[in-house]
Amino acid sequence: MRMKRNVSSFVFAIVKYVLLILASIVSLAPVVVCVLTSFKTNEEYASTTVLEFPSSFGYFENFKIAIEKANMLRCFGNTALVLLVVLTVSVFTGSMLAYVINRFTFPGRGMIENLFLFASLLPGIAMQVTIYQIMYSLGLINHLYGYMIVLMGTDIISIYIFLQFFENLPVSLDESAIMDGCTYFGVFFKILFPLLKPAIMTSLVLKGVSVYNEYYSSNLYLQRPELKTISTALYTFTGPYGNQYNYICAGVLITIIPILVFFLVFQKQVYSGMANGAVKG
Amino acid sequence: MEKQSFKKWICTRKVQRRLVIFTFMFVPLLLLLLFTYIPFVKMIQFSFYNMKYIGARTFVGLKNYAEVFQRKEIFGSLFNSLYYMAGGVVQLALALFFATMMVFKVKGESVFKGAMFFPYLICGIAVGFIFKFFYARGAVLDTILQGLGMNIDNIPLWLQDQSINNISLAATSVWRYTGQNVILFLGAMMSVDTDLYEAASLDGANRWQQFRYIILPSIKSIIVLNIILCVSGCLSAFEPPYVITNGTMGTGTYFVIMNRIAHENQKVGTASAMAIVLLVLIIICTIGQKLFFKYAFDDGTSDESKAAVRKRKKAEKERKALQAKGGVR
Repeated sequence: MRMKRNVSSFVFAIVKYVLLILASIVSLAPVVVCVLTSFKTNEEYASTTVLEFPSSFGYFENFKIAIEKANMLRCFGNTALVLLVVLTVSVFTGSMLAYVINRFTFPGRGMIENLFLFASLLPGIAMQVTIYQIMYSLGLINHLYGYMIVLMGTDIISIYIFLQFFENLPVSLDESAIMDGCTYFGVFFKILFPLLKPAIMTSLVLKGVSVYNEYYSSNLYLQRPELKTISTALYTFTGPYGNQYNYICAGVLITIIPILVFFLVFQKQVYSGMANGAVKG
Repeated sequence: MEKQSFKKWICTRKVQRRLVIFTFMFVPLLLLLLFTYIPFVKMIQFSFYNMKYIGARTFVGLKNYAEVFQRKEIFGSLFNSLYYMAGGVVQLALALFFATMMVFKVKGESVFKGAMFFPYLICGIAVGFIFKFFYARGAVLDTILQGLGMNIDNIPLWLQDQSINNISLAATSVWRYTGQNVILFLGAMMSVDTDLYEAASLDGANRWQQFRYIILPSIKSIIVLNIILCVSGCLSAFEPPYVITNGTMGTGTYFVIMNRIAHENQKVGTASAMAIVLLVLIIICTIGQKLFFKYAFDDGTSDESKAAVRKRKKAEKERKALQAKGGVR
């Protein structure tokens, strides 16, 4: 009996690992093939099959060409600036709004909360039909700050995260601070804001990934080449380089590498951020 | 005198309160109005006009809506969503399967988790290029299949052949999101007391029973949430056709067509009507599903349905019976 059980659990373990390894291979294969291709010279690319290794992993010419043709350094700069501004602003606006909604009662509070909740139901791409018109009439198209404003304006997820977090922060904290003569502003900035660290982390991770990868609005509102962000920089390759996949793969990898490094460093936060963000997102 | 200063104190508190409420809400509310509700109201308004972004507009009544339902390429594109819905089912099943596997001790768990999750973090455009390359004639997938002994002439053109290209596209979204679902499910499963698993296996419950009676009930709410998100997500499927085929060759989903009508053809009225129609559809679906789950699981907030309670009791009984038989200590 015990013997049988051991055998079956041994078989189970083997099947389990085989399946897990298989799933990992399927998940990574399309990217790994890109890595192989990105190190191939033009001749190699033409003469070898995609699954063959390049003759050397020291051939960086494709990466150089990709960076030059798509002006990727400039695009990285734009993305970095957008990230910096959008993340900073949305951490403050999100946490401040959550503070007011969670800690004060005032007429219209419930309605405002519901307005935010309902907003998350509206599909983003459909809204862009008319948001485009508003952006146009405000003269915000083809400006980096216009793009930043759009990204801040369509940000519901961090508000959710902060609202949830405030629920679990005891009100007695505020009360004792107010007793000590702290103003409401002081309560927020001196007492509560430092305690929000986990929520800030979560919203930075989620929002950071989504801003870095955002391409739809970027494509729509930043049409001048020098304003492109890193996600849309790749579009440069659709025209004349349409079939030169050794360049394209190099470009793809350049956009992926920062997010890979980020993921390897902040793995834990990314996972917990996903779990927190999903509850209501 | 004392009363006076007290009053003053109250007064300043009140002023401060208002000030803090106003200043803290001003920016988020302004943004919400500007980028959600004004566009929303305008969308309803535009849907009754024949107009471009710039220039004159004429009121046409319900003509835009009639067009949405009559033009086959518009309303018919909703059927492409079925491919993504099928993909969504596969994705949820796979994610549930792998998450359940990893809930039991697995060596190198973080490597597997990371590998499966990573596609989720890749930018949509990059995913587009990766799969254009993956599916291109003679490229990755073809080479793999040829290696397995298939003749190139028997391999379809993954992105051009209309009988298969939607499946190819839906597969990319399965590839991209399965790992993320695994993480979500795994997170929910991990929040269950791990002693339960141990106790169950000591009591002789097999893997399936552990899954059915311990894991599944504990993550029911997140599964329901994902099913709801999946249906609305499939109706509004956009990314794979947009970045890989640009909606050509019969791959255009509803939003891809809408996007083209809005930004390329500049028929803002028709696009707005399309957006409203889909929005109504999504809201109906969401409410319908919520009602369904509420009905099926007697109240929407509890994690345990009536059936699950019954089954749990039954499982307990079985466990006791097993114990009585002396199957375990």
